[in-house]
Amino acid sequence: MIDHTRTDVSLRVNEAFHRLSVDNRRTLLDLLREDLGLTGPKKGCDHGQCGACTVLCDDRRVLSCLTLAVAADATAVTTVEGLAAEGELRPIQEAFVRLDGFQCGFCTPGQICSAVGMLAEHAAGWPSAVTAGDAPDRVPELDETEVRERMSGNLCRCGAYPSIVRAVLETAARQGGAA
Amino acid sequence: MREFAYRRAARVSDALTAVAEDAGARYLGGGTNLVDLMKRGVEEPTRLVDVRRLPLDGVQVAPDGGLVVGATTTNSDVAAHPEVRRRFPALALAVLSGASGQLRNVATVGGNLLQRTRCGYFADLSRPCNKRVPGSGCAAIGGVHPNHAVLGHSEHCVATHPSDMAVALAAFDAVVRYQTLDGAGEIPLSRFYPPVGDRPDRETALPPGALITAVVLPGSAVSPRSRYRKVRERASYAFAIVSVAAALDVRDGVVHDVRIALGGVASRPWRAGSAEAVLRGARPTADGFRTCADEALSDAKPLPDNGYKVPLARNLIRAVLAELAATEENR
Amino acid sequence: MSPEPAPGAVGASRPRIEGPLKVTGAARYAADVPLPDLAHGWMVTATTSRGRVRDVDASTALAMPGVLGVLDHRNAPRLDQGAGNYFGPDGSLQLLQHEVIPYAGWPVALVVAETPEQARAAAAALRVTCDAEPHDLDLGLEHPAARPASTAFGPEADTGDLDAELAASAVVVEERYRTPEESHCAVEPHAATVWWDSGDLYAVDSNQGAFSVSEVLAALWSIDRERVHVRSEHVGGGFGGKGACGPPVILGSLASRRFGRPVRIVMTRAQVFETTSSRPPTDQLLTIGADADGRLRAVRHRAAYALSPLAEYIEACTEQTKVLYAAPAIRTQLVAVPLDVLPPASMRGPGATPGSFALESAIDEVAERLDLDPVELRLRNQPAVGPVSGLPFSTRRLVACLREGARRFGWAARDRRPRSRREGALLIGSGVATTSFGAGVFPSTASITAETDGTFTVSVGASDIGTGARTALTAVAADSLGVGTEKIRIRIGDSDLGAAWGAGGSRGTTSWSFAITEAAKKLRENPGDPAGPVTATVDTTTMIDFRPGGERQTFSAVFAEVAVDPATGEVRVRRLLGLFAVGRVINPLLARSQVVGGMVMGLSMALHEESVRDARTGRLVNGDFAGYHIASHADVPDVEADFVPDYEPQDPSGFNGLGEIGTAGTAAAIANAVWHATGTRHRVLPVRLDRVLEPGRAAVREP
Ligand SMILES: Cc1cc2nc3c(=O)[nH]c(=O)nc-3n(C[C@H](O)[C@H](O)[C@H](O)COP(=O)(O)OP(=O)(O)OC[C@H]3O[C@@H](n4cnc5c(N)ncnc54)[C@H](O)[C@@H]3O)c2cc1C
Ligand code: SF4
Ligand code: FES
Ligand code: FES
Repeated sequence: MIDHTRTDVSLRVNEAFHRLSVDNRRTLLDLLREDLGLTGPKKGCDHGQCGACTVLCDDRRVLSCLTLAVAADATAVTTVEGLAAEGELRPIQEAFVRLDGFQCGFCTPGQICSAVGMLAEHAAGWPSAVTAGDAPDRVPELDETEVRERMSGNLCRCGAYPSIVRAVLETAARQGGAA
Repeated sequence: MREFAYRRAARVSDALTAVAEDAGARYLGGGTNLVDLMKRGVEEPTRLVDVRRLPLDGVQVAPDGGLVVGATTTNSDVAAHPEVRRRFPALALAVLSGASGQLRNVATVGGNLLQRTRCGYFADLSRPCNKRVPGSGCAAIGGVHPNHAVLGHSEHCVATHPSDMAVALAAFDAVVRYQTLDGAGEIPLSRFYPPVGDRPDRETALPPGALITAVVLPGSAVSPRSRYRKVRERASYAFAIVSVAAALDVRDGVVHDVRIALGGVASRPWRAGSAEAVLRGARPTADGFRTCADEALSDAKPLPDNGYKVPLARNLIRAVLAELAATEENR
Repeated sequence: MSPEPAPGAVGASRPRIEGPLKVTGAARYAADVPLPDLAHGWMVTATTSRGRVRDVDASTALAMPGVLGVLDHRNAPRLDQGAGNYFGPDGSLQLLQHEVIPYAGWPVALVVAETPEQARAAAAALRVTCDAEPHDLDLGLEHPAARPASTAFGPEADTGDLDAELAASAVVVEERYRTPEESHCAVEPHAATVWWDSGDLYAVDSNQGAFSVSEVLAALWSIDRERVHVRSEHVGGGFGGKGACGPPVILGSLASRRFGRPVRIVMTRAQVFETTSSRPPTDQLLTIGADADGRLRAVRHRAAYALSPLAEYIEACTEQTKVLYAAPAIRTQLVAVPLDVLPPASMRGPGATPGSFALESAIDEVAERLDLDPVELRLRNQPAVGPVSGLPFSTRRLVACLREGARRFGWAARDRRPRSRREGALLIGSGVATTSFGAGVFPSTASITAETDGTFTVSVGASDIGTGARTALTAVAADSLGVGTEKIRIRIGDSDLGAAWGAGGSRGTTSWSFAITEAAKKLRENPGDPAGPVTATVDTTTMIDFRPGGERQTFSAVFAEVAVDPATGEVRVRRLLGLFAVGRVINPLLARSQVVGGMVMGLSMALHEESVRDARTGRLVNGDFAGYHIASHADVPDVEADFVPDYEPQDPSGFNGLGEIGTAGTAAAIANAVWHATGTRHRVLPVRLDRVLEPGRAAVREP
């Protein structure tokens, strides 16, 4: 059988349907940025070490830099651009602005997508490394320690961590979990 | 990264055939290790066979009270599974202390077992490395190696195995199930990673082309009484310097069963069998834990830069055992 | 003390103007601008620390799909060799101009292709052969090549009779401290999108000062500065690492010229570590003599730092020693050691950050030897005037920082004996450090146009690298024009807006706001014809008094509490509090973010950061985010920061900079807290867990 180095993929991105032929080497991050012009997801390291490229893939937070575009075929992707309607902000976005949960803003799309995915994981009762050893049936309460551990895959060199944690906790409290 | 072909396997047999056809083919799980290494030019597959959507995911309870964890189950799903948390808490903790939420959401059980070492020279194509290019030498031995092995290494390679999950699996006598075109097979974790010797490039006992299909965790009374502790350079999102998976079952004031496995210290998850023997049948005292920890590290041969790992591993074993003993007392 | 400013936009907390763009992904950074016909460049770098390129064999690469070409020192367009930076000529700008390799990571070729994947694959297929020569990377005070550092920032201190004062001292502390090479680690890698059009050079670049980058590019290409157009609307962090004209914009200009297409170069993370400047390592010796009652008699501070023979640079580790404490004898000796490294760059609080680690650790050691409270020791040695300059301080609110910080931290309850506090198996300790950081102003140009609809367009070549410059300058403009902020439209980040100091040296905001207030004054004095738009432009070059009759400094006091697990060596910072005296604060919300971010970087420096090189090759062995750890969410407690009331009389609006001071004192405060917890002095950064476990590793091993 002849092998090809390009593949046709179909995926939904921020509710829009796309079908395109991609170089098998292309990552989901580069597909979003180069093919679709969605430059919200950022490339901070390209090796899974910073979290700036975080997007939601079938509602789970993932690193788009280590996801091959071909492997994301037939999934639904949400980037930071798709979290709210044009001209509007989702509560977590509004909280980031109001509480100054960023400075340069480069890690911010990743932090926000990660927070959205993380809050859903928590709402689904997922444990974290700080609580998993406790009672296995307990859903851990979301406090600062929990948020910090769960968000640790998103580095911020500007050091906006304290206000990011505040924004996440405030959003969680106001929304009863949903971001 | 070289150009490569991509196939998504719909069935296990398709995956096996697609890999058998092409000597340069590799399975693709979550891709969190393979894609990373492809970008660095360390891995250069000619074909990727995507196995992540094979129906090999999920966690089943076995009749013996153990678990069968499908090879494509994501790390997140393993850690969140109520039966994993209840029956094997150290496994849930180990998985959760690895990588980050985003990575665990795609990383698979099979891929986690087969992730490659984090030795910096392994990923640096300009330096010799016996694991990457057999016979080229080992840049780490005369180089920078504060986070390399203190146990079970050889003069050919001193790298450590990076997986946290595998450390917990080692403690629980897990068995790896695989499939080849010739049929199915099983390898206990204790034999899954062969000793380094002079072949650091040969990292597992899997036959060529084998697809990992599941990991079996035998049921036991000790596994629910387990912890995992990981020491690293920062509080999260970092590989282990030293980690310990341990389990302790105390009955009538005597250690009935105990499990100890170490991470970050050897080319494979390091089961400290002789140290366990020291404790079995003894009283769970601080002195006993000290003797046990000393025994676990008695064969340690630290390198010039990593002597600190020996006391660290000892202290960590004692701390985790003490913590487990305290829980046993309150049981 | 401070003139009571009229209530206005300055002083009010407001979220960032560009906030909505940043939280929705709409803000475009250097690698984000869409362009038709874009080609992608991929750097190939040297793997030896010194040597020569013998050959670049591009035959395989050129035959690969999508490859447009390969540039190396033989075929790249020529650049002018006189181009330089702030300190003068800079050989590290001469990319692909010769075969000499001056440091590991030096770009030796650039592959240009239609897609990034094709460029990366072709770069991997390039066969570069080099002849390696012996290299030297060993920094030390005793290095035979050590030479006095440039005194461009001011002369060395040599007051009083040092030997006599030391001889008369009741205690003398003499200790050596080391800080490692550190990397800026802005999360945005250096990137540029570059094109030529009709002889003009255009770049969208990630930098800290678009104007100065345009000047360097103009010099490199020997063209008029006006023909170089650099835009940097949003920059994903800099911290000093993007102060220079970076490799992507230089290589991009070469490639775009050569291939006649716009070219984008995004450095990989590994390249950012190896091929962009870092904070140099330092080796410092502090000798402090004091009376039994805690009065300092003598302070001597010797410091060595690494630099490159390619360019001058000053890591002014000894600056604070000239400012912080009164002592009859003060001597500083700063030496530079040329090594086979790339020229270092200022990194958040250059000089002050490694310098204060040494000075403030040594002061803590004096307190320990005298069995005196370290806050009290500091209070006893406050100078009335600059202890070396003899000049009055224009404002010095350090005591207020110390006292208020101590009160909020609950310092009074502290038992100053080490290892005096435990929680279960953990050892708890607390520590303090104070700092000063020079403030000032540099020339800048600003224009304000009064539009016919009553709004104002303010244009200044400022950069917002996360500092909140856009928001702060809007407030300054509104107040100086006497209108609300909604009337202000601000334009920054563009070299076409005129000469301006970059975001660096904690002098960006003061420099730009000075120009804006002057332009506003001019506009109000000459309102012009209200029927049409009226523009006032001011260049502050001739207005700045560079020899003012006073010391202009900002100050801080940082308090830290740590928990140490003696079994594992793990150190966690549980509390971090900073009090700052930084003049009048423009926007407390954003200012707090700045100093908190600075303290987080200081925490990261204290516990995690160090660039590790293999002595055999000089190459980094931890040049990525999984090897070079910066603090993650889980490492950072809820950092508290506040400002004491302050007003800088040398600034027309009372401002001083605050971008860097947060970083400076934090590492010493944390190291002092680790001593208090464990009884071990950590004189080598970072406070690694192996050093906690084996205390012998925490001291500098004499060469
Ligand atoms: C920044 C970062 C930090 C990390 N930190 C940690 C950490 O702290 N602790 C830790 O344990 N891990 C850590 N990891 C590693 C991570 O856990 C692994 O990358 C992941 O588990 C690999 O799983 P995967 O499914 O993505 O594997 P892939 O990358 O898809 O595959 C890895 C290997 O397994 C093979 N493979 C995959 N599935 C199968 C199968 N079913 N049968 C046979 N072969 C198969 C592939 O061919 C490949 O050789 C980290 C990774 C990153 C990037
Ligand atoms: S330790 Fe092993 S992986 Fe590392 S360089 Fe040596 S041989 Fe290669
Ligand atoms: S860019 Fe994907 S994790 Fe850094
Ligand atoms: S806001 Fe700059 S890196 Fe997080």
